[in-house]
Amino acid sequence: MIVPYSHVIMLAGILFLMGMFCAVTRRNLIMILLGLEIMLNSGAVAFIGAALRWQHFEGQAIALFILAVAAAEVSVGLALIVCAYKRKGSIDPEAYN
Amino acid sequence: MTLYSVIFYMLAALILVSTGLAVTRRNLVHAVVYLVISFFGSAMLFYLLGAPLLAALEVIIYAGAIMVLFIFIIMMLKVEAFEEQFFPIRQWIPAAGMCLAFIVAGTLIIMGDPESRIPLKAAVAEPVFFGHYLFRKHWLAIEIVSLLLLVAVVAVLYLGKNTEKKNEDRR
Repeated sequence: MIVPYSHVIMLAGILFLMGMFCAVTRRNLIMILLGLEIMLNSGAVAFIGAALRWQHFEGQAIALFILAVAAAEVSVGLALIVCAYKRKGSIDPEAYN
Repeated sequence: MTLYSVIFYMLAALILVSTGLAVTRRNLVHAVVYLVISFFGSAMLFYLLGAPLLAALEVIIYAGAIMVLFIFIIMMLKVEAFEEQFFPIRQWIPAAGMCLAFIVAGTLIIMGDPESRIPLKAAVAEPVFFGHYLFRKHWLAIEIVSLLLLVAVVAVLYLGKNTEKKNEDRR
């Protein structure tokens, strides 16, 4: 017996909220990307909790795909940030308006 | 209250505190290091919830590869001199609105499902069976993900090459 499933979902929800807050309020492209990473990770936590609740591998398979998509997303995102920095000399999203 | 639930609440506190510290840091390197701690906590949580293979992958990919990539970029861009406007008021309103909507929807979902109060039974997905399941049921998705990673590599190479050429033109 570990904990009720609702507590796992609550943990994932609070984590997602923190990531969303970071992505919306920070004025820094790298911190926005970090917020996206936190949100993806919270999704993986929720999926693994669901896999344990229904005793099925499906949730863990989706969590694995989330990991792969996060890796692809962060590499392309950071390359774009480097591109934008070389063009404008700043990582403030306000500078690109 | 079993030992497992004590471990779960300790890990949850560790993850939430380190993520909260990471989100509010002004220094980007500190933020990334706090996030590494948070991902280590998530890996231990995955292990507790019966996914040892994913726990290992979380440490290798998230805490290892992705965070090191962030550190590299932060060092490359010399952003220490960049003075960030910290949490401007203008952006608080959409953030607060979204948080409120999210909390309301989440509470409704959790309250609407009485079955979710039953404690989870501990179980472990052996990596061998998990791998067999993955390659039997999801082989197409695995191929698509590997193609996605290949496309990402090509895109990053193209972007890197493009900026180099532009810089040469400017000179």
